[in-house]
Amino acid sequence: MRGYHRSWHERLLALLCVAALCVGAGCASALGGVDASPSGSGDLGVVVGRATGTLTVVNTSSKEALGAIGELGDLSHASVVYARDGAHAYVFGRDGALTKVNLLTRRIEARVEQAGNSIGGAISQDGTLVAAQNYQPGGIKVFDARTLSLVADIPANFDAPGEPGKRSRVVGLAELPGRRFIYSLFDADQIWIADLGQPGPPRLTKFEKIGHQPYDALVTPDGRYYIAGLFGEDGLAMIDLWQAQPKVHRILGGYGRGQEALPVFKMPHLRGWAIAGRNAWLPAIGRHEVLVVDTETWAEVARVPVAGQPVFVMAQPDGRQVWVNFAIPDYHRVQVIDTMTRQVVRTLEPGAAVLHMEFTPKGEAVWISSRDANRVSVIDTATFATLATLPVEAPSGIFFSSRAARLGL
Amino acid sequence: MRLVLLLALLAPGSVAAQADEAAPATPSQERQQALVRMVRQDCGSCHGMKLTGGLGPPLTRQALAERSLETLVATTLHGRPGTPMPSWKTMLSAADALWIAQRLQSGFPDEASR
Repeated sequence: MRGYHRSWHERLLALLCVAALCVGAGCASALGGVDASPSGSGDLGVVVGRATGTLTVVNTSSKEALGAIGELGDLSHASVVYARDGAHAYVFGRDGALTKVNLLTRRIEARVEQAGNSIGGAISQDGTLVAAQNYQPGGIKVFDARTLSLVADIPANFDAPGEPGKRSRVVGLAELPGRRFIYSLFDADQIWIADLGQPGPPRLTKFEKIGHQPYDALVTPDGRYYIAGLFGEDGLAMIDLWQAQPKVHRILGGYGRGQEALPVFKMPHLRGWAIAGRNAWLPAIGRHEVLVVDTETWAEVARVPVAGQPVFVMAQPDGRQVWVNFAIPDYHRVQVIDTMTRQVVRTLEPGAAVLHMEFTPKGEAVWISSRDANRVSVIDTATFATLATLPVEAPSGIFFSSRAARLGL
Repeated sequence: MRLVLLLALLAPGSVAAQADEAAPATPSQERQQALVRMVRQDCGSCHGMKLTGGLGPPLTRQALAERSLETLVATTLHGRPGTPMPSWKTMLSAADALWIAQRLQSGFPDEASR
């Protein structure tokens, strides 16, 4: 008759079984991907290496590179949007390729050559649709976010003088609530909204004569206002999308006040980061200034002189400071503006040819890419100390997975 | 291919002499390397790193086949009013612009690998 207590060899057998199960599970997990242990995606990000056609996958907590995803084609001016899971990202290449990558496995999951020349994209509020904005052929294309199969092809046709049905280059694409996308037509001076909320062909709403040569645009974080920067005139076009009958308004009209514009050696980018408190912080065109506008009255509040032609003007997540980088030949500098005093409080030189900046999800640090220094610097936003540097060949855009939860991207 | 590019880099003066007798001195080797990087990387932000176009038109050999050297130099130095193309004369000399135009017409070199 067996006693209550198991004998020593029974205990050993049980331990061995547990050990075997652990090893087996570990093997299965390792076979499924690069990471053997389950991991989240909230502190992941990518750095575009445009010369090598590679994404470097980074961790914003450990401040290190985890690996790379290669063979992504021509990544000059590449941009990235995130699926809601923060683990899948969509990469829009200059060569018109749209690639879906998995940051955890660091594998390409789908890829489509969708245009001859592309400039970026957006993902719908519900995460089901990905839209690409194209220069050649001009228009947008919308894809199933899961499979990258084509859902809609919307050419940006307009009637130019002597050229009926000409296609415009598309800029300033942003997502709006309800499976809608808004974008600007550089050559047509128009803004369009494509609504894919119902079955059937997309419903288009077109705003004409919005101002000359819209070059980029943004949607405010609440999804209410669309603001398009104008290259061809002093001012920006603004639409209040919450109105029953939205109309285009000119804001900051004539900010150059007739003075001769300085040369613009690189187009500014507007996308999504302009709002700090109730004010929007926007790059002037042809002036070495950041323009501050009140988003309740849309009156100019201030203009802050800066070190060059601003390219990115980005508010920290808390809106306490605004960070600015510049076009060549001033792109070795980054300036920090205090939003309370509206003064430049710091000028940093993190390495030659600063192309992009990205804040960690809560903004305690900013990652800055220095193309010609071949590095990414991680800077403390409170002390301006350099917390880490990562070697990356010719880094450009930096995109963290916290973008997955932002409207307008 | 690399050899051809190298030879082109070593003999940059011949076309210049035909195009403009008063052309200034050819940029130094070091300056030429800087110009290649500048065209690929900085002009590339509008024209594409592979010069296949973007907000700016393509600058490939085929795309520029119909353009004269003088037009390319003038566009580089003075910009194109009404378009985003700026005047680069604060950053490029006439000799720089001519050298770039010649290289664009013969197929622009890649950056030397480090």
